[in-house]
Amino acid sequence: MKQSLLYLLLFATGVVLALAGMMPEALLDSAISKWVLYLLLLLVGIQIGSGKNLFTALKRYGARIMLVPLGTTVGTFGGVALVSLLLPERSLTECMSVGAGFAYYSLSSILITEFRGAELGTIALLANIMREFSVLILAPWMVKKFGMLAPISAGGATTMDTTLPIITKYAGSEYVVIALFHGMIIDFSVPLWVTFFLSL
Amino acid sequence: MLSIFLSVVSGILVGYLLRKTAFVKYVSSLLSVVIMLLLFFLGVSVGINQQVVNNFASIGMDAFILTVGGTLGSLLCAKLIYRKFFKKRGE
Repeated sequence: MKQSLLYLLLFATGVVLALAGMMPEALLDSAISKWVLYLLLLLVGIQIGSGKNLFTALKRYGARIMLVPLGTTVGTFGGVALVSLLLPERSLTECMSVGAGFAYYSLSSILITEFRGAELGTIALLANIMREFSVLILAPWMVKKFGMLAPISAGGATTMDTTLPIITKYAGSEYVVIALFHGMIIDFSVPLWVTFFLSL
Repeated sequence: MLSIFLSVVSGILVGYLLRKTAFVKYVSSLLSVVIMLLLFFLGVSVGINQQVVNNFASIGMDAFILTVGGTLGSLLCAKLIYRKFFKKRGE
């Protein structure tokens, strides 16, 4: 939670400095930002690949553990497609790309900004921060109403790091392995889904 | 899209090969620094974009609606999967 607030603060500092006219537009060189983006994706991959829990989890739960990230993906896209009807000025694929952030607000907003501009990028940032915070705040309610897997599905890509402690607390430590596995799979899928929807 | 996929996959390979080395311990700190830089510049690109600044309230509302839809959808699926495949008897 501390880290999320720090990220948000840096974003806000950027906004304020730009509003104050202290940031020349030349700083936003798109060639540089593209390379930094690839560096970011490489690092995300390294983090996924060096995780130890992927195979332990598969051995312990078998194939049914795949149902958890599958449910998160299907449920998210279904829900987003439904509410996109309330947003006639945004296209379905734009809405889906925001949903495909799965609470991974840093990566999704950066990717979407790169490919579709700052407006949709900001929507992705805010929407996916809200999703992470919903787990941090509502995890007990989620467990009560929707079962033990609920905060894991809602946490999306964050269940291997920022929301893991809260999931452990309310769903119990036997769900830690599932949360880690789920986080890694969704993490991996975020850049793929986001670019997929933006390329449609 | 292919270059994005290749970036992540080559990262996974590197991460897997180096998983026992000290290098991977620094990856998450390095990742945070890169993310902080990029989010700062995302902030800057929002700040110089008049259209985004002027519409911030409606942008926030759109974000909220999309969050509610996506999160509730995933919660419903999680409930179904939990009941069918994970719940133990008597729980």
